[in-house]
Amino acid sequence: MNWMYLVPAMPFLGALLLVLFSKKIGKTGVSLIGCGSVGIAALVTIVAGLQFMNSGLQQFSLPLWNWLSVGNFNIGITLHLDALSLAFTFVITFVGFLIHVYSTGYMAEDPDFARFFASMNLFVGAMLMLVLADNLLLLYFGWEGVGLCSYLLIGFWYKDPANGAAARKAFIVTRVGDTAMAIALFLLVQHTGSLQLTDILAKAPTLWTTGDATVVTIAFLLLGGAVGKSAQLPLQTWLPDAMAGPTPVSALIHAATMVTAGVYLIARSHVLFTMAPAAQATVAIVGAVTLILAGCSAFVQTDIKRVLAYSTISQIGYMFLALGVGAWSAAIFHFITHAFFKALLFLGAGAVIVALHHEQDMFKMGGLRKSLPGVFWIFLIGSASLAAIPFVTAGFYSKDQIVWLAGASAQGGAGYWIVAVMGAFITAMYTTRMMLLVFYGKEKTHVHHRPGLNMMVPLYVLAVCSTLAGFMELPHTLGHVTLLSDFLQPVLPAVVTEHASTALEWGSQGVATLLCLAGIYIVWRVLPIPFPREVKTFLKNGWGFDAAYNLLFVQPYVLLARLNRKDVVDRLYVGLAAITRYFHRMMSATQSGILRWYIMGIVMGAVVILSVIIWRQYTV
Amino acid sequence: MILFLFILIPVLGAFAAWLSAAWNKKLPRWIALMVLVFELAMATAFWSEAVGDGSWYVTFIRPWMPRFGISFSLAMDGLSLLMLILTFFLGALSVLVSWNEIKERTGFFFFNLLFVLAGITGVFLTMDLFLFYFFWEVMLIPMYFLIGIWGHGNRLYAALKFFIFTQAGGLLMLLAILGLYFVHAQSTGVFTFNYFDLLNTPMAQETGRWLMLGFLIAFIVKLPAFPFHTWLPDAHTEAPTAGSVVLAGLLLKTGAYGILRFVLPLFPEASQYFAPYIMLLGAIGILYGGKLAYAQTDFKRLVAYTSVSHMGFVLVGAFAFNELAYQGVVMQMITHGISTGALFMIAGSLYDRLHTRELEEMGGLWPALPGMGVVTMVFVMASLGLPGLGNFIAEFLILAGSWQAQPWITVAATIGLVVATVYSLRIMQKVFFGVSVREYKLPDLSLREALMFVPLVIVIIWLGVYPQPVINTAKPATPAVAVHFTSK
Repeated sequence: MNWMYLVPAMPFLGALLLVLFSKKIGKTGVSLIGCGSVGIAALVTIVAGLQFMNSGLQQFSLPLWNWLSVGNFNIGITLHLDALSLAFTFVITFVGFLIHVYSTGYMAEDPDFARFFASMNLFVGAMLMLVLADNLLLLYFGWEGVGLCSYLLIGFWYKDPANGAAARKAFIVTRVGDTAMAIALFLLVQHTGSLQLTDILAKAPTLWTTGDATVVTIAFLLLGGAVGKSAQLPLQTWLPDAMAGPTPVSALIHAATMVTAGVYLIARSHVLFTMAPAAQATVAIVGAVTLILAGCSAFVQTDIKRVLAYSTISQIGYMFLALGVGAWSAAIFHFITHAFFKALLFLGAGAVIVALHHEQDMFKMGGLRKSLPGVFWIFLIGSASLAAIPFVTAGFYSKDQIVWLAGASAQGGAGYWIVAVMGAFITAMYTTRMMLLVFYGKEKTHVHHRPGLNMMVPLYVLAVCSTLAGFMELPHTLGHVTLLSDFLQPVLPAVVTEHASTALEWGSQGVATLLCLAGIYIVWRVLPIPFPREVKTFLKNGWGFDAAYNLLFVQPYVLLARLNRKDVVDRLYVGLAAITRYFHRMMSATQSGILRWYIMGIVMGAVVILSVIIWRQYTV
Repeated sequence: MILFLFILIPVLGAFAAWLSAAWNKKLPRWIALMVLVFELAMATAFWSEAVGDGSWYVTFIRPWMPRFGISFSLAMDGLSLLMLILTFFLGALSVLVSWNEIKERTGFFFFNLLFVLAGITGVFLTMDLFLFYFFWEVMLIPMYFLIGIWGHGNRLYAALKFFIFTQAGGLLMLLAILGLYFVHAQSTGVFTFNYFDLLNTPMAQETGRWLMLGFLIAFIVKLPAFPFHTWLPDAHTEAPTAGSVVLAGLLLKTGAYGILRFVLPLFPEASQYFAPYIMLLGAIGILYGGKLAYAQTDFKRLVAYTSVSHMGFVLVGAFAFNELAYQGVVMQMITHGISTGALFMIAGSLYDRLHTRELEEMGGLWPALPGMGVVTMVFVMASLGLPGLGNFIAEFLILAGSWQAQPWITVAATIGLVVATVYSLRIMQKVFFGVSVREYKLPDLSLREALMFVPLVIVIIWLGVYPQPVINTAKPATPAVAVHFTSK
């Protein structure tokens, strides 16, 4: 496992080579380095992972070098492998590799092929640092690094200023969350004197009692970082716009990996959240509200990628809900299946978009079932998993677990459960709508280009994963497999359930399944659903968050900046200079050289002085 | 002796450069480059084997005017050494920057450039307050010429403004120095300007506070801190590229250095008394400077305001009185010098090609200048504090340290990270992204420019991933008061 450093090092090296030698190696060279570096990282992950599992160790750290050491404050560049980071590393490298391969086809025509792969490699490297970091500062390094790559790739087609604006929005909005997270780090440095994760988690129970104001503040601030990165309320607004980037970017960064960093952060610091019940409850509420709001917005979008973007926000809402009710491993389970099926859906959407010559409007698609049968089946598998069709899809098992635990866990409750099943209903509805609009009905745009093998093979692999990944964790009622939660046990404590029984669990599954099927049926029969136009516009624009932020923050700031471009403070000094110059002019005007004026001045001065003297004589 | 040479060599080089111009116009730049590369090599060699007992590596004392207690007294500790290396590094780069930019009166230009660097070197080495004031003025006059003669359109106004601001601050400092001199004589009977003797001068609380303000104002005008910052945008914008690099990279650092070297150790009580107000000024500077930077349309003016913002961190950190913040301040002095220097060099290189600094006339330059785009991206990211680059280390240490002293002011300063993101990304968008306003056919980085930018990129990454050597060097130089409230 000592060569585990290769996992993040390879993508970084790939990025460096691609920046330096992009012109000399040609497209084949770029593809080889771009995919190869991530591929090797994936292989090393698998080998290191197997070694780790066989070793019986609970965690393994690999110190590389000393980053910072000031007084008693020490931070190392140290990698940390345990079950949680291994799960994330595996998904990042494996899905990342598939998306890289897919991109060699998707981006084949692009003149900036090398820049694309350089940024993608850099992203994978940074993301791996995030999940392999042994301390929060190194995690923050990865955290901001993926933010940079997200910015670079959203604005990849830089000629359109709208893409640039979307890229900056993503960076700035997530930075707001990052700032909260930075303050959490300052608090941790102050109170624990360390940022090392295992250190903090071990010390926390000795430093604070549950519910202590400090630990609650820290947890809330960490949550601030998490909602920024994971596009949860109230910082979710950047993700739909982030779809301006090339579709593989949306699949890798804005569906499978980066946006789940917030889930990782909360799971990683679960001890702090357990000690801060208020913060943990907020996690659940944020997740619950987000999953409904985003689900409704997904239902009225016209752009296929925006449907998927809102769907991602909604699905991450499920993960937050799971974290909030203490179902840690359920959140990770949903992260894994979601990474597979959402990447599959994005890449499938990408295949459709390319086939229709970069058309993203679903109302201009239709009837693609016949002209793109391969993509249709793939997309169907992905959609089925997203909608959680019972028994055969991975999404069913992971979502069902969250729905069940939202109600059954000790921190859960009926309210959470109702929201979760409602979410399942809405998910089924918008997924069906998307399938119908794109693949059924009349063909509106002619297919001009069929995806090649390098795009289709990753899709097949992901389709298999979107189905099989569900079987690593089966509910009590259906075989009771707990491979993943057992694996995660050393890091993440098992969920504590209350009022749980097999009958209730059957009931929960039954209701969720019925609602899912009902959603599909309703949309199937009555599309288009009649909606008042105002409601539709309101939902489509994401519940007015953008407009509100624009009015509250963006416009005042821009206005203030514009009004004060010349710096009002400088006016003070300019005024001072002007007054000085004015007196200077007055004084120099008296030096006229005319004798009469001088004599006059002397006489007047004498009169004034004399009068003053006389006046004082009299008054005293 | 080596300390004296550090100052003497640039002075001699300055005269040699001036005289050589009569012979060959291209000679002065070679002389300047050789002098500075030699100095850089000397300082780096010194660093690699710097050992000494205690915090002072080496001292050099010769009596000058013993009757008034004035001596030619130099000394070097880790802080001085780091500042010297930065001075010679940026100095050598600013010669390369001016290689083709300066076509008129090259001899006198490089004379001034070397002389200002000699003055800065003196400021970083002097341990006699009279001599310190002398060097403080030596920096000023050549800089005035650099801006006033080789600057852009509004150069005379900018040069004069720069001169009056710093001179006014300098006079207050002179008063404070004399005040301290007499206070010391009154209580001990010894008339001396020696720094080490003046440390721990017993004085009344109120006297100490007034004297401290005299020093402080001189230094925060130079830094510059809100509300004394308004000379800086004009001076930076109108100065030739080398002038901007030296101003931003080095001259501002003399203000920060002065605070660390003189204000804190000489007036520990007064410093603590004023600390919250000064930190507040720093936080205001961070936000206000960042907001002004966002509003600018002139590339150099924008970068100039980012300096106001970044130097606010120095104030916040210096008056937090703990080791984290102190180390952060030292890092910030170095990394800001490098990253802002680099941004000014980029502005200069763009000006060479486009003959404009207006952001509205740029745009869409990425396809033409991909190399320069990558370099700019690195320094834009440095300026918004991306981890992995040196500036992040500096800002993180400052904020983590100041949090322990003043949490609310630190929150305000941390919001500066968002403000920095807003203005920094605007640079990339306006210059490299979007559609090109005009059809440009431009050459990408030349060999000379690559020689400038590649070392800068390497250094900023090195400071971001392995800053420990700098921290170790600065550590013994930490003034006792700077770590008054040491963290756990």
